[in-house]
Amino acid sequence: MTNPESRLVQLDRAGVRKGADWLVRGVDLTVAPGEIVTLIGPNGSGKSTTAKMALGILKPSEGTAVRRPGLKVGYVPQKLAIDWTLPLTVRRFLSLTNPLPDKEVQAALERTGASRLVRSEMRNLSGGELQRVLLARAIARNPDLLVLDEPVQGVDYAGEIAIYDLISQIRNSLGCGILMISHDLHVVMAAADQVICLNGHVCCRGTPSELSRDDKYRAMFGARAGAGLAVYQHHHDHVHLPGGQVRHADGSICDACPGEHHDGADGKASNGTGADGHHHTEHAHDHGSGAATEASAIQVEAARADEMKNAG
Amino acid sequence: MLDDFFTRALVAGIGVALVAGPLGCFVVWRRMAYFGDTLSHSALLGVALSLLFQFNTTVSVGITSILLAVLLLLLRRSDTLSSDALLGLLSHSALALGLVCLAFMTWVRFDLLGLLFGDILAVTKTDIAMIYCGGALVLAVLALVWRRLFAATVSPDLAAAEGLRPERAELVFMLLTAVVIAISLKIIGALLITALLIIPAASARRLSASPEQMAVIAALIGAASVVGGLFASLNYDTPSGPSIVVAAMVLFVLSLVPAGRIVTRMKAGTATRDD
Repeated sequence: MTNPESRLVQLDRAGVRKGADWLVRGVDLTVAPGEIVTLIGPNGSGKSTTAKMALGILKPSEGTAVRRPGLKVGYVPQKLAIDWTLPLTVRRFLSLTNPLPDKEVQAALERTGASRLVRSEMRNLSGGELQRVLLARAIARNPDLLVLDEPVQGVDYAGEIAIYDLISQIRNSLGCGILMISHDLHVVMAAADQVICLNGHVCCRGTPSELSRDDKYRAMFGARAGAGLAVYQHHHDHVHLPGGQVRHADGSICDACPGEHHDGADGKASNGTGADGHHHTEHAHDHGSGAATEASAIQVEAARADEMKNAG
Repeated sequence: MLDDFFTRALVAGIGVALVAGPLGCFVVWRRMAYFGDTLSHSALLGVALSLLFQFNTTVSVGITSILLAVLLLLLRRSDTLSSDALLGLLSHSALALGLVCLAFMTWVRFDLLGLLFGDILAVTKTDIAMIYCGGALVLAVLALVWRRLFAATVSPDLAAAEGLRPERAELVFMLLTAVVIAISLKIIGALLITALLIIPAASARRLSASPEQMAVIAALIGAASVVGGLFASLNYDTPSGPSIVVAAMVLFVLSLVPAGRIVTRMKAGTATRDD
């Protein structure tokens, strides 16, 4: 484990409640300098909420979120809508939160391959162009911690690879910690030091190489993997209902889902399968057909991961 | 020079417009037009209270608007009604309460139309001093919080993540709006103050390439509307507020048609992106 003082951000059993519902609960997470931590999970599983807790945008309703004092953050939000009424060029947007000299603006835009956009209006950018500009703005700040909420949405395939390479490069050159939310298995396997899978709580976690040799990993990246490009598909054995209840695959319902924290006092057993009603360590996952393609896809991913590690 | 009532109105009106322009840009960017309306309707309640307690009207209106803005922030945080419904509730309650209070005070004589639509005859030297001191203060504070307020307007999440505390900037902005409404009441009237915030900013949009530029152009367009409106008001014996708003509207229409084309052509000439 890393030295606690060097940690950029640390969440300890943190959770956020909105009204009566928990958006996410019981998250333990640390990001150290030079480390890439990736959050994955289905829609509504609390990935963005977790990132916002780490950033201090949302205050945890339970648990703690601690950032290193004086931490400089670069943030690429999931959504950014620029109204027509706002005359905002890319140049002006890059110095949104702190003034930047022209030279640094140009350098940052060149790194993300967006230098030709410097005079463009923000509202005219395409989805992929916007992502490059957002990333350029975040790295131009020289951050200690970079938080990327789906950094390649809307970027074409070639651009995606370039951006992921760039993210690894940034980690190496700036030495910053990176907390990234991604749907893309390539990134998860190639660049991450630690992968955390959320489903309203931490469902499973590990390094990519650990995961690739692990049954859990095989379960995690499920049935639909084709042509060497694994499509991320995740079968959870339980569903979170509004009001905080949990419905399991066998149809049983219990009051709470303590996630990783099996010693949680609030996990009331409603059936005989375990202390809190379901297992996180032994996922009852549905592998479907095509087990051979799946296995080869995993090998491709693992090989690619090793390649990236060596190259980086 | 300030002995002439019309000169006083001109000086006061231009002062108001120069402050309302930049602030109005934020009202437009943040989609807070209805918020401006709510505060200006509450101004009537402020006037009633000032008559009741024999207090300076501008100060009384300012305090009422500030209290209303804070009340709105607190109510919004409590997660009950939607922001929109809350604004409507506060806006019309304050307006009605003000009118009822005024009706009760049978011993005071006042000009209700002047209150609602502005009255150039009523501008005093004290008002001018209030407008220029208050206005200078508003512009100074706005310049101070400009970067954070602008960042919070573009993306509250980004501003919060990078340590700019958007909720503070928003509170400051609401207070500034309350002050501007207090100082513009006599010139433009309670019902139409929001127009002086929004219309010049909307006209400036097509003519500007950066937020700072838009703020300056909005201030200039506002001042031009005041001059045009007040001259019309004098010539045709119309109330000053509506005349200023009509002048602003004319400038807005002008900004739409030919200027838009000329700007596009110029931009095409210099080969920058435009649609």
